[in-house]
Amino acid sequence: MPDSQARTLTAPTPAKERPGGTLYRGREGMWSWVLHRITGVAIFFFLLVHILDTALVRVSPEAYNAVIGTYQTPIMGLGEVALVGAIVFHAFNGIRVILVDFWAWATRHQKLLFWIVIGLWVIVMLGFTPRHLINVFSH
Amino acid sequence: MSTATLEQPPAEAAPIESFTVTFLIRRFDPDVDTEPRWQDFDVEMYPTDRVLDALHKIKWEQDGSLTFRRSCAHGICGSDAMRINGRNRLACKTLIKDLDISKPIYVEAIKGLPLEKDLIVDMEPFFASYREVQPFLQPKTAAAPGKERVQSVAERARFDDTTKCILCAACTSSCPVFWTDGQYFGPAAIVNAHRFIFDSRDDEAKVRLDILNDKEGVWRCRTTFNCTEACPRGIEVTKAIAEVKQAVMRGKP
Repeated sequence: MPDSQARTLTAPTPAKERPGGTLYRGREGMWSWVLHRITGVAIFFFLLVHILDTALVRVSPEAYNAVIGTYQTPIMGLGEVALVGAIVFHAFNGIRVILVDFWAWATRHQKLLFWIVIGLWVIVMLGFTPRHLINVFSH
Repeated sequence: MSTATLEQPPAEAAPIESFTVTFLIRRFDPDVDTEPRWQDFDVEMYPTDRVLDALHKIKWEQDGSLTFRRSCAHGICGSDAMRINGRNRLACKTLIKDLDISKPIYVEAIKGLPLEKDLIVDMEPFFASYREVQPFLQPKTAAAPGKERVQSVAERARFDDTTKCILCAACTSSCPVFWTDGQYFGPAAIVNAHRFIFDSRDDEAKVRLDILNDKEGVWRCRTTFNCTEACPRGIEVTKAIAEVKQAVMRGKP
């Protein structure tokens, strides 16, 4: 017991306090799934809002114009970059998930496919982002 | 060639260096604690020692109340699956030299099963899923008297990978779907179903495919590959699950 008494005198360092346990250290497969979930939920909420604002045109064209007008701000422009980024990742990773499920080669090489998805995402975003931001900030 | 003789006394072997390794173990005593807590232990270890040896040293020399399961201690019985530095491993197959000992080594119970004490979880939900997939041979016809059921090398190779399972639960408790949905059969049960679904001597594949063609069956798999990374026997778990998914769609193995 003296050992446990001595132990209580030294305050535990914050690093040791992880009440929920450590974060599971999954690899490419797990992080691609996490990203797929996050982007999927984000796209769902965007679509929900987008359907509602488009439906406004049936209520009154003025209200529709007012709402769409608020989208023409630089902050929304940056939001569009995030939206396109989420959709591009979700699309490419969706193809990867389908291949992993149906093609034995892809199941074995899912890590390579994940990095191909990331590569394609970077290429698409490098093409899209500058062009889009020039449009956003030149108006 | 002449017989090799000992001409010189062998040079004295360099003493193997030992290191002080810090272990942070997530402990839980249901009689005292309401929440699990981390406790640190310094253990003198050789690089060739395993994490299980460290747990033994702690239990035998420092704190006899440390509780964990182990039986064979050689990677066959599947008793000592635990989360070591955030990954599911067998304590008896994880060498100290393969871990970064400049930092503490985190050891905690596997996730997703009810914690009972220290590193021990209740395995019953895990075995219940295993039993549900009927993991035993069910041939419709009797073998010829005095003969075994003949199987070609190719037929045996079809399910060879999934025969290696030791039911340690490292895969099932590494699955993010299983953590949040304890009803999911889990990778281990599907692996053991795969072992009989694709066995040419078995005739009840259809029954198992029906069991797994369920909301909580193979379709819960989101291909995170945590199970494949965690398997101490190197079974390609996610690939086996994908094969079962395809068999369900075909309606036959």
